[in-house]
Amino acid sequence: MSGNMKKIYLYSKFERFWHWTQAILIILLMVTGLEVHGVFSLFGFEKAVDLHNTLGISWLILFVFIIFWLLTTGEWKQYIPTTRKLFEVAKYYASGIFKGEEHPVQKSKDAKHNPLQRLVYLKLSAILLPLQMVTGLLYWTYNDWPKYGLDFLSLSVVANIHMACAYALLAFLVVHIYMTTTGHTITAHIAAMFSGWEEVPEDYKVEEWEVHDK
Amino acid sequence: MKLMRNSLLLLSAVVFLCASAFAAGDTAPGRQMARQATKGKELWITADHSKFDALKQPFKSGPEVTKACLSCHTEAGHQFHKTIHWTWLDPKAEKELKVGKGGLVVNNFCINIQSNEPRCTSCHAGYGWKNKDFDFSSQEKIDCLVCHEQTGTYKKFPSGAGNPAPPPGKKFKGNGKFYAAPEWNNVAQSVGRPTRKNCGTCHFYGGGGDGVKHGDLDSSMLKPAKTLDVHMGMDGQNFSCTRCHTTVKHDIAGRIYSTPAATERKSLLEDDLGSKIMCESCHSARPHKSELGMKLNDHTDKLACQSCHIPTFARELPTKMWWDWSTAGRKKDGKPYVEKGEWGKPVYMTKKGDMRWEKNVVPEYYWFNGTIDTITAQTTIDPTKPVQVSKPVGSIDDKNSRIMPFKVHRGMTPYDKVNKNIVIPHLFGKDKDAFWKGYNWENAVAYGMKYAGLPFSGEVGFVETEYVYPTTHMVAPKENTVACEECHSKQGRLAKMTCFYMPGRDASSIVDAGGWFVVIASAVGVLLHALGRIFMSGRKED
Repeated sequence: MSGNMKKIYLYSKFERFWHWTQAILIILLMVTGLEVHGVFSLFGFEKAVDLHNTLGISWLILFVFIIFWLLTTGEWKQYIPTTRKLFEVAKYYASGIFKGEEHPVQKSKDAKHNPLQRLVYLKLSAILLPLQMVTGLLYWTYNDWPKYGLDFLSLSVVANIHMACAYALLAFLVVHIYMTTTGHTITAHIAAMFSGWEEVPEDYKVEEWEVHDK
Repeated sequence: MKLMRNSLLLLSAVVFLCASAFAAGDTAPGRQMARQATKGKELWITADHSKFDALKQPFKSGPEVTKACLSCHTEAGHQFHKTIHWTWLDPKAEKELKVGKGGLVVNNFCINIQSNEPRCTSCHAGYGWKNKDFDFSSQEKIDCLVCHEQTGTYKKFPSGAGNPAPPPGKKFKGNGKFYAAPEWNNVAQSVGRPTRKNCGTCHFYGGGGDGVKHGDLDSSMLKPAKTLDVHMGMDGQNFSCTRCHTTVKHDIAGRIYSTPAATERKSLLEDDLGSKIMCESCHSARPHKSELGMKLNDHTDKLACQSCHIPTFARELPTKMWWDWSTAGRKKDGKPYVEKGEWGKPVYMTKKGDMRWEKNVVPEYYWFNGTIDTITAQTTIDPTKPVQVSKPVGSIDDKNSRIMPFKVHRGMTPYDKVNKNIVIPHLFGKDKDAFWKGYNWENAVAYGMKYAGLPFSGEVGFVETEYVYPTTHMVAPKENTVACEECHSKQGRLAKMTCFYMPGRDASSIVDAGGWFVVIASAVGVLLHALGRIFMSGRKED
């Protein structure tokens, strides 16, 4: 690393709370969901279903709070997609990282995510997670479909979309956890997600697009 | 885990607050009324039959007793004549079809009663149905005692066409037991409401022996433990049969051939006057109370309660599962013989052929709307595949159908190879044509079919047959019900019911294969990336 590092407070208490709560919920949903799918046996089917439903509803409620928080604090702007430096970031992970180069985009208060993260997190929170929640809710309310005029749905289709999303989420989880090790130290990103404080190079100049008006 | 779950529950408080609004069922007025209607064990009996002069006469026969009964119970005779216990015919089916065991319906046990009356009708609630000439209009021939006597001494003679043994009594060669002639005054003065013993006298021993037929009704139900039947358990609710099989004018609630048990799923919660024969009548369609139970309640639209609550039948005594008539007639040293197997049950009888018994049997499951379709000796069959002598009616598309557990009794049954129908063999009798005397199928069938007024080509073959019994007794306590994964797994109880998607069993192989491919590819990708970083950074430090 070139130059000195400075500490910046990046993640507020609520952000850290929702991140880790969501992490636990998703991992437990993954475990119970795969058990319901018949992949392995851990809690027993009945318990797994019950846990999965409770966890799912809990997550949904949490998700509503997250969205509300993002909207009211303006933090949703962290997810505005951009192509600026996108290529550089991709190139960095494909080669630069092996040569010990510096990350082309450093974190700052106004730009917590690099362009690649923006894209991935936007797709995740705007498409994959809602789709997972909607199919999950439908799956859960299967018996009430006729009441809601949803009889045209097929449980098989709903269940398979739910499963497909689950696999996509699992793949995301694998990559996401790995990516936490790519900071200036192996545990830097994880530590920051606990403490809220991230270390960034002192001399890093933020670019215009990385600043947004509050 | 528990702590975290509780915290999550807190998080979900909003949702559960809403949900609790639906959980008010226990105080529903209908339920309270149902409890009141069935709670009192003390009956409001106002008559002691031992004090009636009409019952103090010196009776010499059953019909004399019946006459005495009818002198007070003036309407009982008309009422009883209309019931299936008397007619042995399905009241809902067209007369010409002769649906019912008193008609031309066949089963794969002893097949049909025509020409075999004296043996079969020993379970008829009447006296003397020994041939076609039985007078169904005679009220005196009703046997009131078999259902109402309470001494426990009243026994009909097994081959007596519904009559008890003549004085002083008689030994029955079939089982070597002595049947004493009734002490008519004693039994007549003992009458009361039917007990389990009264009903069980016939219903536990159908097919000629204990547990032969139903699998969920045998003599173990006389004094069952709660673990065998949660309703009838002596250490539990101690229900008698009549608690659920309610009766109006001698017409007893229960399933009869083509009549669905209930076409509308009415609960006593909704209507206190509903028939009490369904589980739902007392338990409602949302019977599970716990938080876990909410999902179980969602099952009641597709699953009969019995499917989960009767994990196995014949839990204490074995029941007959296979009866191969084609091997009947073999002799040892020129004599008929019996070979006994496990549990002391016959596995071969010269009279009846090979048979198989099973205990603790896992039921088979079918869609069922409460109706059973039966064939008669006139129905044309396809002998190239197993013939469903009786079959459950229902399908996933019928909203009144649910998945129901069945005992399926299979066997090889005689049929007419040319006319392609199940035949009625003349089994019982002292004449040489009777199979159990002459052991000649052609003669026995020719006699039986002629007796029934049906054509016979002269050629007897054997066809595999299936006969179904809905499993509805031997309801286990909730701790012993069928676990979720017994169905929600790749090879579960419902493996054959592929007409719907079931979580835990079904999956799209494309989604699964594709999904795991993406997940594993991601894992391999990051692993290679990590190795690259370790390897390259090692070089960089040089």
